[in-house]
Amino acid sequence: MPAANNLLTTTPRGLFCEAGNFYVDPWRPVDHALITHAHSDHARWGSKKYLTADTGAEVLRIRMGDKANLSFQPLGRPLTINGVTVTFFPAGHILGSAQIKIEKDGYSVVVSGDYKRNPDATCRPFEPVRCHTFITESTFGLPIYRWPDPQTVFAGINDWWRSNQQSGKTSVLLAYSLGKAQRMLAGVDATIGSIYTHGAVEKLNAGYRAAGVALPKTTRVGDLDAKATDWNQSLIVAPPSAVGGTWAKRFGKLSVAMASGWMQVRGTRRRRAMDRGFILSDHVDWDDLLRTIVETEAEQVWVTHGYSDVVVRHLREQGWDAKVVETEFTGESLEEDAEPA
Amino acid sequence: MKHFCELYWRLDSTTKTREKVTALRAYFEVAQPKDAIWAIHFLTGSRIKRLVNTRLLREWAIEQANVSAWLFEECYDRVGDLAETISLILPPQENLSAANDEDQNGNEEHALQNLIENQLTPIRDLEPDQQRQRVIELWRQFDQRQRFVLGKLMMGGFRVGVSKRLVIRALAEHTGIEAATITHRLMGQWQPTAEFYSQLVDPDENETAISKPYPFFLANPLKDDPESLGDVTDWIAEWKWDGIRAQLIRRAGETFIWSRGEDLVTDQFPEVANAASQLPDGTVLDGEILGWDEDANRPLEFSQLQRRLGRKKVGKKLLAEVPVVLLAFDLIEHEGEDIREVPLSKRQARLQKVIEALAPVTTEEPNSLFETDADLKPAAVAIRQPPGVSKKAIERWSELAEIHESSKSFRAEGLMLKRRESAYQVGRPVGDWWKWKVEPYTIDAVLIYAQRGHGRRANLYTDYTFAVWKEDQLVPFAKAYSGLTDAEMRQVDKFVRKNTNEKFGPVRSVTPELVFELAFENIQRSTRHKSGIAVRFPRISRWRHDKKPADADKLDTILSMLDAFDD
Repeated sequence: MPAANNLLTTTPRGLFCEAGNFYVDPWRPVDHALITHAHSDHARWGSKKYLTADTGAEVLRIRMGDKANLSFQPLGRPLTINGVTVTFFPAGHILGSAQIKIEKDGYSVVVSGDYKRNPDATCRPFEPVRCHTFITESTFGLPIYRWPDPQTVFAGINDWWRSNQQSGKTSVLLAYSLGKAQRMLAGVDATIGSIYTHGAVEKLNAGYRAAGVALPKTTRVGDLDAKATDWNQSLIVAPPSAVGGTWAKRFGKLSVAMASGWMQVRGTRRRRAMDRGFILSDHVDWDDLLRTIVETEAEQVWVTHGYSDVVVRHLREQGWDAKVVETEFTGESLEEDAEPA
Repeated sequence: MKHFCELYWRLDSTTKTREKVTALRAYFEVAQPKDAIWAIHFLTGSRIKRLVNTRLLREWAIEQANVSAWLFEECYDRVGDLAETISLILPPQENLSAANDEDQNGNEEHALQNLIENQLTPIRDLEPDQQRQRVIELWRQFDQRQRFVLGKLMMGGFRVGVSKRLVIRALAEHTGIEAATITHRLMGQWQPTAEFYSQLVDPDENETAISKPYPFFLANPLKDDPESLGDVTDWIAEWKWDGIRAQLIRRAGETFIWSRGEDLVTDQFPEVANAASQLPDGTVLDGEILGWDEDANRPLEFSQLQRRLGRKKVGKKLLAEVPVVLLAFDLIEHEGEDIREVPLSKRQARLQKVIEALAPVTTEEPNSLFETDADLKPAAVAIRQPPGVSKKAIERWSELAEIHESSKSFRAEGLMLKRRESAYQVGRPVGDWWKWKVEPYTIDAVLIYAQRGHGRRANLYTDYTFAVWKEDQLVPFAKAYSGLTDAEMRQVDKFVRKNTNEKFGPVRSVTPELVFELAFENIQRSTRHKSGIAVRFPRISRWRHDKKPADADKLDTILSMLDAFDD
């Protein structure tokens, strides 16, 4: 076993495996890119070849377009690239999201990408993978982030929708178009009323359905006759950038809600001036982050995007060998110009 | 507690007035009087005396959450609110049903009144060790949102975007009693008891406690040209002072001075209280308390008056250095009768008679037998009518505009315009009383330090320090945080994060690049500030995207404003 871990290094283009001559989620164009999942801070345009888990084939194709050179690998099945063994394991973040295990000479590194441990009907659950070095995200790496049971959250969303129906307001639920939107759709009670979607969401719904994920019936808002539709009885799922412009004008009186981990904190919730904030994240909370690190039995922990310095300091106090790794991933952002959830 | 928490979060989750009133009404429908009155107590801005040292609360939360102190501070830094940070960081609630069964099974353990009077209040007198146990027990019984509200109850400070006016409106709708009546009943000091609640909502109650003030009549800012108000002779013009708005009550041989914040401030202004002892019973005056410069016949600077505030007892030295007067501009109770419906011109005529009947009082005994009465300067009457704005009658708006321009030389903020025939109304109705302020000063200044905000602004850099040029150096001269839109705040926040040069604890120094126009009301010399000046009510009036740091104003420019103000 190598004394130091040099299987992966950080370079200006991204995490690089020199022995295998490939990058993981590179942020500049490269020859060979391994992709953890299809969010745009992890799957960027311009590389020559991409490899991802086959569960993510449909959504990555939608994201990258027809011209990108994509290959797919079944989950759990090792693949050898220039003498380096690469295996994809489910990460539970969104459909097709995977951790990537990289092994050579008995040393292994796992790149988590983004992940969560909470149940999600639209993707395969996270599997802890034993490794020597675990590279983890830390989007919500503070002990104030502790997720409520998603079932309770969905019950709250259903109640909100019903009460909007009674007061004649259109329910607009803001969620990122890839992942969060579909998790919402699969989680709400579709018997309450009709569900309409923004075009960006509907495009990815097609990918989810093609991959065999069960979603309730949805109709693109643009395909409806605005005057003949009972908007105030419906639920509209749209990306955050959709409100505030002319797109949402047709719905009349609105109640706007957002589902995000950031909604845990009152100040953030109030600053967005939304009617409701539901706490639902596709990232691990504090307890699950620490539990996962223990379960990987890693000797070294590299912490990337999020509260990496806080998490590293805490891990070191607990006796872990941990360090911060600077990346250009953004995690779950509330800003409109950053899209991934 | 369950109902009250629900109310709290309903109020917190909307910015719409109608929804807030609906939430309040829904609460009053279900709440017991003994609980409802505590809710009114908190929502109208009163608090209970702090129960536990916040440092201890922090320690216990850190211990219960099993985190390091620095990690707690990191979290606090992100959340920006101590009660919320504690509520989020504690381990999840243990017994899910405990806090919820107050209304089923007749179990009232966690009803608001019981919680406050029998569980929280006794904590204050316990030893820290027992306090710790009780607080931790309470934490275990509540969920995160309830813990947050509990924390607010324990630490005082209960802001949920509800004004007193809104609570009154909801109560009025709930009971069918006039809002003005409820407002009056809620004035002054009252105890949050079921009995008081029943008086509050009693449709017949007539009696007035002797200390009870009337709701203040407040003016609206004049935005249009004053000529839009019609004939100038229909209006009475008065100086608009920058002091303490106060209501003085003389009833049954006792004097009460109330500030607009409904604090009883009688003891802070003994010279006024002393003069008031000559007033006949059944007199209520409305006016402004100001530090007064007898020689110049104008107010002292506000900073002088500030030295008199918030003290339990005012010393002799301070009494001599900062004498105060009540400039009474209205009479609202006369000979025991509520005269608020009498037109202003008639009220002021009666006021004049009341004031003229006051004799100067000498508060000190002669120092020696050889001092004659002539050597003793009689203390001027500390209750008087304000100096008028003009000796002759005003016939044209243009004359008034000229007087208005001169406001600052009288240390006034502008003029008050009051309709001659106006009744003394409740709150801030539009139409009869206007405040016509002089334009604020403005200065273009450069952003040099930024700090994270609190509450709604936590984790955004929204508290700024601005500098102006002193020769080739930027010297800090004002801090300001209001006046930007949310979008602008986010933009500045991004700038700060990308352009940080140094960190001093929570403060970041940034590359001087952004220029803002600051508005402020007043400038004073200051030895405590590096720039040598202190400004009052600084705020950002706009972001000068068109200006570069080199275009910002010079300290000399501000100093010249000061000189103009001083002469």
